[in-house]
Amino acid sequence: MKTVYLDNNATTQIAEEVREAMLPFLTDLWGNPSSMHTFGGQVKKHVETAREQVASLIGAADPQEITFTSCGSESNNLAIRGGAEAMDKPPHVVTSKVEHAAISGPCHYLEDRGFRLTKLDVDEKGRLDMDTLQREVKSGTSLTSIMWANNETGVIFPVGLIGEMVHEFGGIFHTDGVQAVGKIPMKISELPIDMLSLSGHKIHAPKGIGALYIRRGTKVKPLVLGGHQERGRRAGTENVPYIVGLGMACELAAKKLEEGNTRVKAMRDRLEAGILATCADSRINGDPAARLSNTTNISFEYIEGEAILLMLDDRGICASTGSACASGSLEPSHVLRAMNVPGTAVHGSIRFSLSTYNTEEDVDAVLTELPKIVQRLRELSPFVS
Amino acid sequence: MWDYTDKVNEHFRNPHNVGKVEEPSGVGEVGSLACGDALKLTFKLDDEGRISEAKFQTFGCASAIASSSALTDMILGKTIEEAEKITNKDIADYLGGLPKQKVHCSVMGREALEAAIYNYRTGKKWDKELEGEVICHCFGVTDKEIEQVVREHDVTTVEELTNACKAGGGCGNCIPELETMVARLVAENESGEEPTDRPMTNLQKIHLIEDVIDREIRPALRQDGGDLELVDVDGDTVKVRFRGACSGCVVSAITLKDVVEARLKDNVSEQIIVEEVK
Repeated sequence: MKTVYLDNNATTQIAEEVREAMLPFLTDLWGNPSSMHTFGGQVKKHVETAREQVASLIGAADPQEITFTSCGSESNNLAIRGGAEAMDKPPHVVTSKVEHAAISGPCHYLEDRGFRLTKLDVDEKGRLDMDTLQREVKSGTSLTSIMWANNETGVIFPVGLIGEMVHEFGGIFHTDGVQAVGKIPMKISELPIDMLSLSGHKIHAPKGIGALYIRRGTKVKPLVLGGHQERGRRAGTENVPYIVGLGMACELAAKKLEEGNTRVKAMRDRLEAGILATCADSRINGDPAARLSNTTNISFEYIEGEAILLMLDDRGICASTGSACASGSLEPSHVLRAMNVPGTAVHGSIRFSLSTYNTEEDVDAVLTELPKIVQRLRELSPFVS
Repeated sequence: MWDYTDKVNEHFRNPHNVGKVEEPSGVGEVGSLACGDALKLTFKLDDEGRISEAKFQTFGCASAIASSSALTDMILGKTIEEAEKITNKDIADYLGGLPKQKVHCSVMGREALEAAIYNYRTGKKWDKELEGEVICHCFGVTDKEIEQVVREHDVTTVEELTNACKAGGGCGNCIPELETMVARLVAENESGEEPTDRPMTNLQKIHLIEDVIDREIRPALRQDGGDLELVDVDGDTVKVRFRGACSGCVVSAITLKDVVEARLKDNVSEQIIVEEVK
């Protein structure tokens, strides 16, 4: 059975070019970039090339603004905890209710240690409450962290506007760009953003590599101490093969940005329209006017997401759900609940997220199988007469 | 990914007895859309007072659908009095077990059965919230229900309680109250169990062993076409003979230790040793 992989916001396949670029560093070029000898030292330039590739994708002014980390979560932790601790006085931490756990986790960590924390609401389309944001950042110097794009719904936040508001009152602005980098064209040097997190495995590099953009002049205290690496911002011998892999993935992503926003978007739109047309009582979660072009989050009323996922899985189709039952917790997606998605729909949400590796056949497979699954489960449901 | 048993997967993918019984003798509806799972059970009795038809409709995940399907299979052919004895643990066992976070699915099955029987007896709609005070407002769990769950499931922590009946699994505001309740109920259970620590007479022990075999072991074996006969009880040694598909089954030695002996150790005495008589 062919795997139809439509869960690219969870992780992506490793691009062949990335794998090829990494291999020499897993075979011959295994030296330590900090070594004085030629054998080790020659590796350093490859790390620096990767730094340039990452900087180029996001449009950073200087490659030295890129700090390599082990993953997106580490980048977020470094930005929030390291950022807050480096500020002159303890900041007011401002974030949203729809962030990834790798943001809400460190924010709650700070709250437990006496920092003031505000979590902003979103409306029914997942859009940020900008009035409250303005009020909150006004009330004191803030460390504000708002994601660039939401992983579950794909909703894009106006990071430019948010950054301006935060800067107006002397705050620092971080954005979790894990879902946005490689999908949204960006020139960060011209945006009011002080820090941006990104992750390799969402853009066809392997798991275990990420980066944090730290604008020149922004102070961050390291979490990992004990070495000069990454200009003292993150100790530990560089993960050279993965750094090289991330660099190549960023170079590829830059080339494929346009395809993502044209061909992939067209496939997503066809998938979405096809599902809405064939499955009654289905609805899109999120803001169609400002959304990642690869993501759709659809709720099927009166049926439950885990059951849909397992039946899709039987047919080789990979997607994900905001249902409580699939997560091990009893509460459904915090993102959909923050958006006040009605109780009839919140448990039956399915997210499809595409990449440039998807084909029209993948869309066809879902459009053939999903209506049958929805019908089958509705036959079992007591809420459908 | 959940580690579902083959039986759960089978009942989820090809559920038995889906739908509504025409002119039902009893109807039980539990859960809600907001809770994330709901089950409507209908059954009909024949002239001899046995359940001749049972059907379900379920909104929920794979294990909720499988638990509902299993429940309908289990009550078919039973009298109300027999059906009433089915516990949620029986439903889970029938399915070869459920992941601990999914135990509440079998509890929902048990509740639907209770609701349908109540409806059959009284003609009224069962409303569990009438009994006791709601403690967990997210999932509408009452103190009476929590007491029952703690008793029936040997619950000792709030986490186990949440897995069994969802209480405390939502906003978490009731967790401090649940902690106090669980601690109190566990203490009560322990003090209440003291008399059973006294040594049983041989007759009491034999009766208890027979009862555990009838109630807990035999139904599971019969599903696979097997059976078990109690041959002798000598001190703590229990001698049994496998019948039907179990005799000659290559895994009967495992069944002997992991099912028969384990259940008797749990329910009768830790000292029990089970031996097979061929």
